Amino acid sequence: MSSTATAPPTRPAARTSSVGERVSGAVVKWGFVAVTALLILFFVVSEPNFRTVDNVFGMLKFIAPTAIAGLGVMLAMTVGGIDLSVGASAGFAVSIAAWTMVIANQVGGVAVSVVLVCGLLIGALNAFLIVVARIPDLLATLTTMFVIVGLKLIIVDGKSISSQMTLSNGTTAPGKFTADFLWLDRGSIGPVPIPVILFLLITVLLWFLLERTRWGRALFAVGTNAEAARLSGIRVQWYRTAAYMGCGLLASVAGLLLAARIGQGDVTAGNSLLLDAVAVALVGVSVLGIGRPNAWGTALGAVLIAVMVTGFTMAGLPYYAQDFGKGIVLLVALLFSFTFSRRRTVVTAGSTTSSA
Amino acid sequence: MTDSRSERPGGHDVVVSPVGVPAVVPVGAAADAVVSLSGVSVAYGSNVVLQGVDLAFGAGEITALLGANGAGKSTLIKALSGANARYGGEIRIGGEIVHLSSPVQARQLGISTVHQKVADGIVPGLSVAENLTLDDLAQASRHPLRRRRQALADARAALGTLGLDWSDAVLERDAATLPISDAQLLVLARALRSTPRLLILDEPTSALTAAEAERLFGVLRALRAQGLSIVYVSHRFGEIEALADRVVVLRDGLVQSVSSRPFAWHELLHDMLGRQTALDHDRGTAARGTDAVARLEGVVALPGSAPLDLEIRRGEVLGVLGLIGAGKTELAELLGGLAQPLAGSLSLEGAPYAPRRPSDAIRAGVVLVPEDRQRQGILPGWSVLRNITLPFLAESSALGLLRRRSERSRADTVIDTLSVVTAGPDALIDDLSGGNQQKVVVGRWLSAAPKLALLDEPFRGVDIAARREIGARLAALAADGAAAVVFSSDVDEILEVADRIVVLVAGRIELDRYADTVDRPTIIHAFLGETGSATPADSAAARATSTDPAATPATSATPADAGDPTSSTPESRPERTSS
Repeated sequence: MSSTATAPPTRPAARTSSVGERVSGAVVKWGFVAVTALLILFFVVSEPNFRTVDNVFGMLKFIAPTAIAGLGVMLAMTVGGIDLSVGASAGFAVSIAAWTMVIANQVGGVAVSVVLVCGLLIGALNAFLIVVARIPDLLATLTTMFVIVGLKLIIVDGKSISSQMTLSNGTTAPGKFTADFLWLDRGSIGPVPIPVILFLLITVLLWFLLERTRWGRALFAVGTNAEAARLSGIRVQWYRTAAYMGCGLLASVAGLLLAARIGQGDVTAGNSLLLDAVAVALVGVSVLGIGRPNAWGTALGAVLIAVMVTGFTMAGLPYYAQDFGKGIVLLVALLFSFTFSRRRTVVTAGSTTSSA
Repeated sequence: MTDSRSERPGGHDVVVSPVGVPAVVPVGAAADAVVSLSGVSVAYGSNVVLQGVDLAFGAGEITALLGANGAGKSTLIKALSGANARYGGEIRIGGEIVHLSSPVQARQLGISTVHQKVADGIVPGLSVAENLTLDDLAQASRHPLRRRRQALADARAALGTLGLDWSDAVLERDAATLPISDAQLLVLARALRSTPRLLILDEPTSALTAAEAERLFGVLRALRAQGLSIVYVSHRFGEIEALADRVVVLRDGLVQSVSSRPFAWHELLHDMLGRQTALDHDRGTAARGTDAVARLEGVVALPGSAPLDLEIRRGEVLGVLGLIGAGKTELAELLGGLAQPLAGSLSLEGAPYAPRRPSDAIRAGVVLVPEDRQRQGILPGWSVLRNITLPFLAESSALGLLRRRSERSRADTVIDTLSVVTAGPDALIDDLSGGNQQKVVVGRWLSAAPKLALLDEPFRGVDIAARREIGARLAALAADGAAAVVFSSDVDEILEVADRIVVLVAGRIELDRYADTVDRPTIIHAFLGETGSATPADSAAARATSTDPAATPATSATPADAGDPTSSTPESRPERTSS
């Protein structure tokens, strides 16, 4: 309160870079890209099917929902938070989309709108809990995760919803997954599947937002030093809210892609998405030694996981080896970010408490 | 005491040593010293906070450590308590050179510390007895099971050193339910368990009532009689008068003076707030402001303090002086939109002004350079440029798109006008020295061409050159028809930069004069509350300020009186009836 106002230790101002430091700097910066490239090279050489154009798009299409949810988590990370409800939000989106089309007999466009609005609302709920109710982000979004999963199960009576399913009153469900909805997965523009286009589009949009606009700068400022941002006239709570709502929206987009891929309202869909999404966002922080959440890094992290999963599958490794591989990738990424990097890594997930 | 120091009547020894050159070691004192320091210095990065401190603490002696904010008290305590192992120089315990690397080790060597925040020393959920024996938890030799009987016995033994006898019911209570004064005694008893030779108390009375403080003083006197050496950190002169055998004044990381009883409080305050024989007022006659830019009417910034009126005038740099708790920061924050006044109203250029948040203030042309640069000012890991342009993202962008050229030109302007020493606008802010970081923070706000610039302790950890440059920029700002207010606890800083000086004591204005019509003694008098009305004894904040010494010079003249704690403890305590 009174006499303890000496400045906290800062790092020495003088910085000389020796050869060793430059090497380690290069490793931190390019290590991840190099690992991805080597992995691709390895599979290209060892697996003949790997190098086909179909496979490239197939991989990207496969990873698109994870990548988009990961971009959502990345957005929450820019304000110094995290969102653990992305998997639940995506799963909710799957069931709600199915319910809207199959039970409520609406067209795909309506389902998409309903799902996107739900995503925004989930984000708003998270923002409310974190910004207004001041619950720490980890706990708030964990709670939301439970609530959303439970709510989904209540709405669909705990069952997966499929076209022409028999309802509890003995009748057949009136609607089905419409063609325009399924186009989200099966459609393509030229050779490029729609999920891949969405993935790239969202990546570019977020990159532009975060790196080129003042709103992106403000988001990062909130995440770096919320108090300094507030004193600079930035409406910190608005940006926090926006980030969580954006995250909810992206999670629901990921859910739409999953629903279109599965073609039914699988109640288990989205369950595995959370860990992958968070992993991808964390890998994104370390890629290129950027040391803060960023769009291209997150996308590259997703691509790396896609390459690994596809390669492992082609090589005939069991599915459970994939989780091990993902774990190792994440570990290496975190080592790059926190242990080897000389730059301060700005990921404060779980440690942020909203200031009054 | 010893040869190298000038002796003065009143036992007031002055150790004014030039920057960076440690004062001569007080050899005579070191011989029987329990703990002695020679040339102890601490630097955080390029920021030197403690520059060669020589001190000796004798047995059976209470040494009060006095210093304004940022003087180096906390840093010194951290080094002594083992909390900061990265200090230079030598610390000796009983003549042996030791390196204090951790609090546990310091305790084993005989230095115990009671930190300011009592709550930090208590583990809620554990019983009082378990909290008293908390240090045993870390010891490998401790019995692995929690033994209730043993803990109670140990706890009772610990309390015995303070002459306390708490019942089993109390010892088994959750420690979090203890009243703060008992918690303070608990922490103290725990600190004494290791039978220290030196006990450090950091503002131990900040949460205590007068009666509770009195009880603590009794305990401390008894400990002194047993031969314990005590370092007592406080801002309350009354307590020091009542308790201390010696007063050490720190300023700018240097020992300014070491004095023994009776204390010459005016001298001590000079040492604490800055001693310069000639007024170092570079600017000649102080500028006279014209009309009011901002006006405060009946504003109450601190709970319980009297309302104040203040006019901040166009064309002048106003210096607001005050110690901790005087209401400086509160005043700055309510002008800057961080807080709302408890009562009264503000106006800006004649119009009502009630900012609800910083962005309102900024839009109205009022900018605030906050007190804590690290926590409130800079964005670590960001470039200098991005730190500069943060408040101006809207101005530097079109349709939300940031324009690099616009950002760059603002950054270049700030770097040029304040001569910021940096590798360039893209260098990381972290790589700049404290002074240059501060120039960046100040410069970015001044680049907004504000109507009113508020700077809260802008010169803390800032070297003289940077201070000069910032001061020159403020003068230029004022000359351009704006107003600037510098809030500080340092008389020299204020005399250097301000045209007009306001002294704030316990949320009340004690002095409001133009700098060229006032001299240092008058300002010091105002600090002591000697110019104005009698100090009201009602505010909590008053305790932390300088109301006490108003009485103490008188009491110090009569040592018998000074030894009596009841007559010299602050009247400012709510519970006390003034003597």
